[in-house]
This record gives sequence, C-alpha cells and structure tokens, in this order.
Amino acid sequence: MNQDSPTPRAENTLEIARPLPVEGTSASPRTPNRQAWLRFRRNRPAALAGIFLALIIAATLLIPVISRFDSDHGSDIQFGPPGWQHWLGTDVHGRDLWVRTFSGARISLLVGSVGAGVSLLIGVLWGMVAGYLGGRLDSVMMRFVDVLYSMPGIVFVIVLITTLEGHLARLFEFISPRLGNSARMVFLFAGLGAVSWLTMARIVRGQVISLRNRPFVIASRALGADTRRILLHHILPNISGVVIVYLTLTIPSIILYESFLSYLGLGIRPPQASLGTLIAEGASQINSVRVYWWLLAGPGMLLASTLLALNFVGDGLRDALDPKGSGER
Amino acid sequence: MPLIFRRLAAIPPLVVLIASLAFFLVRVAPGGPFDRERKSASPEIERQLMQRYHLDEPLWQQYGRFLAGVFRGDLGPSLKYRNHSVTDIIAQGLPVSLTLGLLAFGFALGIGIPTGFCTAVWRGQWADWGISLLVLLAICVPGFVIGPVLVLVFGLKLGWFPVGLWGSPLHAVLPMVTLGLYFAGRIARLMREGMMQTLQSEFIQTARAKGLSELRVLLKHAFRPAVLPVLSYSGPMLADLLTGSFVVENIFQVPGIGVFLVNSSINRDYPMTIGLVMLYAILLLGLNMVVDFSYGLLDPRTKSSQ
Repeated sequence: MNQDSPTPRAENTLEIARPLPVEGTSASPRTPNRQAWLRFRRNRPAALAGIFLALIIAATLLIPVISRFDSDHGSDIQFGPPGWQHWLGTDVHGRDLWVRTFSGARISLLVGSVGAGVSLLIGVLWGMVAGYLGGRLDSVMMRFVDVLYSMPGIVFVIVLITTLEGHLARLFEFISPRLGNSARMVFLFAGLGAVSWLTMARIVRGQVISLRNRPFVIASRALGADTRRILLHHILPNISGVVIVYLTLTIPSIILYESFLSYLGLGIRPPQASLGTLIAEGASQINSVRVYWWLLAGPGMLLASTLLALNFVGDGLRDALDPKGSGER
Repeated sequence: MPLIFRRLAAIPPLVVLIASLAFFLVRVAPGGPFDRERKSASPEIERQLMQRYHLDEPLWQQYGRFLAGVFRGDLGPSLKYRNHSVTDIIAQGLPVSLTLGLLAFGFALGIGIPTGFCTAVWRGQWADWGISLLVLLAICVPGFVIGPVLVLVFGLKLGWFPVGLWGSPLHAVLPMVTLGLYFAGRIARLMREGMMQTLQSEFIQTARAKGLSELRVLLKHAFRPAVLPVLSYSGPMLADLLTGSFVVENIFQVPGIGVFLVNSSINRDYPMTIGLVMLYAILLLGLNMVVDFSYGLLDPRTKSSQ
C-alpha cells in the first residue's frame, strides 16, 4: 500500500525536513500548524495511512449496523469456511466473522483511544506540574515515575482490574442492569491508561523544562498570570505537537496490550469481543488435525493493518510537527 | 570509581521501596489466595491456612514479617505451591528464562541492528519500504499469533522443530523467534532513526569530504553514535526478556518464570508476585546502570556530563 515510486523527485524525510520553498508569497499565512499540515500531506505513506484509518473507523461504525448478521447471534454453520454467505467464515458458534471482526475492531479502537486519552491526561498533567514547578516537588514526582517504571505493568493492571471491577460492576448494576458488562471495559481503559502514562510524563516534563524560562513565559509571569494560566495558555499549546505524536504511538500499544489481556482472559468479556479476543480464540483452535485459518486471518489482518496505519500516521505526524526528529524516548 | 559505588548503593533501598509498594498493592485487591479452595475446604481449614501463613495478623505486622524476611533473603512460601518457597521456584525457573531471554536478545540484536542500518542507508528506495513494512509487522503482530503460526508451519507441517517443551537446543528455536521478533522490530526502528540522524551530522560530511570510502564512513563513523539509542533501550528490553514471557512460555510449555508473574497475580499468591516484582526491579535497575556506564565507553562526549 505504500509503494512509493522511486522517482528522483522522491520526497523523502530529509527533503521534508528542510523549510518549504516559498511559492507565491501572497498565499495564506504560513503558520507552523499549516506548514506541518502541508508536510504531513506531502508524506505520501502517512497521508494514505490516514485515509485508510478513516475508512476503517467508518467501516467499524457502519458494517455491524447494515449487515444482515448480528455479531452475537449464532447459526448452525459451525466453523463455516469463507464464502458468499459469510465472507470471512463463521466461528465455533456459527457467528459471522465479518461482522464480529469489525465490531471487535470498534471495541479495540475504543479501548485504544480512551486508554490513550487517560494516559494523556495523567501524563501531561504530571509532566507539566513537575517540569514547571521544578525543585523538590519535581524530583519527588519523577522519582515516583522511576519507581513505577521498575515494576512490571501487568501486576498493576491485574490488581487494578480485579480491585475496582467489583465496585464498579455494582455501581453500574445500580444505575442500569444492562450496563454490567461496560464496567469491565471502563476499567480496562483506566487500567491501561494508568500503566502507560509514564513515558508521556517524562517527555512532557522535558519539553516543559526547556520552555519554562523562555521570554514569552517570563513575560506572562511578569504580567501577573498565575501558574494555571501559564500552563494552560502558554505551555500546553507549545507541547501539543509532541504530545499528539506520542499519543498516536500510544494507541497501538494500548490496543496490543488489551489483546494481551484478552488472551489472559482479563480483557473484554464474551459475548462482546475485541480483535484481541477474536485472535486469541482463533489461536486456541490451531491444531494439527484441522486448520480453521479464517478464524485468525480476518481479525489478524485487520489488527495488523490498523496498527500499521496508526504507526505510519504517528511517524508522519512526527516528521511533520518536529522536522528535526527527536527519535523515540 | 566512586560513582559506580554510589549507583550500586542506591539500588537496594530502591528495591526495598518497590517491594513495599508491591506488598501493599497486591493486598489492596479483594479476594484471597485460598478462594479457589473454598468449595472443597471448610471454613475451619481456611482459617487454619490463614493462620499458618500469618494472613490473619494485622497488615503492619505482616509487613514487618515480610521486611525481616527480605533482609534474610527469605521471601516466604508460595501460597499456591505450598511445599516450595518462592526463592526455590524462582531459582528453578530462572535459568530457563535467562537462557531463553538471552537467546532472544541475541536474535533481536542480530536481526534488528543490520536491518535498521540497511534501511537507513537505503532510505527512500523500495527496499527500505519493503523491509520497514516487515519491521512494523513484527512490532504489530502479537506473540500469541506468531507463536501458534510458527508451531503450525515449522512444528506440525514441516516438522523441523519440536512444538514445545524444553531441553535440546532445537527446542529453543521457535520460542526464541516468537519472543525476539517484536524486540527485533523495535531495535530496527531505533537503529534506523539513530542512523538517519547521524548521517545528517557534520562529522559525516567531513568524513566524506576527506575522501573515505562510503563503507568506511558508514561502519566506522556513523555506526557508533547511531547505535546509542539501541543501547539505552536494551536495558529495559533485557529486563523484560530475562524475566520471561507469559505468552511464549504458555504456548511452548517452557518451564520458566514468566508464567508465574501473571498466574500469581491472578491467584493472589502474594509472596510469589512480590518476589518476581523484586527480581524484575533488580534486573532493571542493574541493567540500566550498566547501560549508563557503557554509554561513556561508546560515546566519549557523555563522559564529562556524568
């Protein structure tokens, strides 16, 4: 999908890194954001991946609604191979895999983006406060991050999910009995967000420290702006580029983490399914007698291509927003 | 070298801190280690078990007991496998996980570094796109998909390698690939990025201007600074690899310690979880220290700032 033609004109990253030539000075003002957008669009793989991603999101929203089959209702065709009736075959309960794959992708994307959102919220707040206020508070906060870094994240997730699940399930049961299953999902978001904000906090802190004593911040402080205002109105807009880039790279890792948890049986609960649970189900059916390859093929390919697209978009955004390239970590 | 000793001295208190954090963290979760046995055992037996493992004492008293044990190097008995102490179980599984982890580390470096190096040199060509796609694929496909597929193809269909268990070198091949592939991908990306940045710096232009052959420029001048990001990633990576992987050990029935971390957290086998958390912390802190010091060897510029 990204067979960039090897023409001599090739707009490789090195080329993009240089400031764009001024073509028609009377054109719209070249704000940094606009320049970044232009650079992103000229990065063909990234732009294509963005379009592909939009298509996938649309498909996950539409296909489960318009399809003839329901993702939860089984039929008599157990382990039916792909065909005209069921495009991706059926699973052990005779459920249509085409529909299940796309509704699973919807849940995976939801978990990924909400989890990444939680990690963004904690990480950015933590990093901004530590970096801006500095001093003793900074070192205490960052030592805390270091300590959490040296613990295996999986222990946290398991403890968090098991601890809070019961409470939340009861709460949801109280509000509406039908929401019982959502409790688990909410806690997956929180748990996954809670283990993946550490790197974000470190990155944000580093950025804030380099911005803290810039003239525009000092000027605003001299004008009497309080800390909250400086952080929200002056620092935050300046770090948003780095944060967005890291966010697009966090979503795939959270989707993968969720699929790992589903593999352990701690993730999404049946009858709901994520791409991870579908793949885990398919992987458990592999044996030497019969190969139900379609159980793995559809969900696996959708997961891999979604993650690929997210990675390409993330890389493209990084090249576009931060032309000098700051690298991972 | 007083700095080394200072860094070394900082590790034990940190490990105790982390172990304490883990101690209280695992106790927060509801349920107990003997929940599974409740059906078959009477409340009386459960009370006796709680008493035997001091779980009926107030938490601070248990904590004191635990700390005293840590200083003696005794992590207590496993609450699931009650005839074995935690240190026994770790000592039994660790060599296997270490071997497999080191093999996977070698595999990841051996595949990742040349791949990243070549893709950076061939930047923008079709080979770069093709290989980079494969690299991303290695990162994106979870191990519990790669594992069964490898088993199916190389174990069952072709019959080249055994499908599970541990023993001969042949047994290690499939687990090693499954475990190492993701890290090989990460390393390839780091290496590519490092290489691209290095190739833009001025000393590379100087080296080229001196008329050195391109191969010499790449291998002698560009490689060393470019490999630094890989070096700093290999600390956490090794800690991850050496403590075993649940997925790989589960698929291939490898008797390592990776399975225990997940199982003990789910089963509330408190001493086991804490012991493994401590092991991970010690490995991570120690390896990060080694990485920091080897930075100075590879890149003399960083020495003064240490």
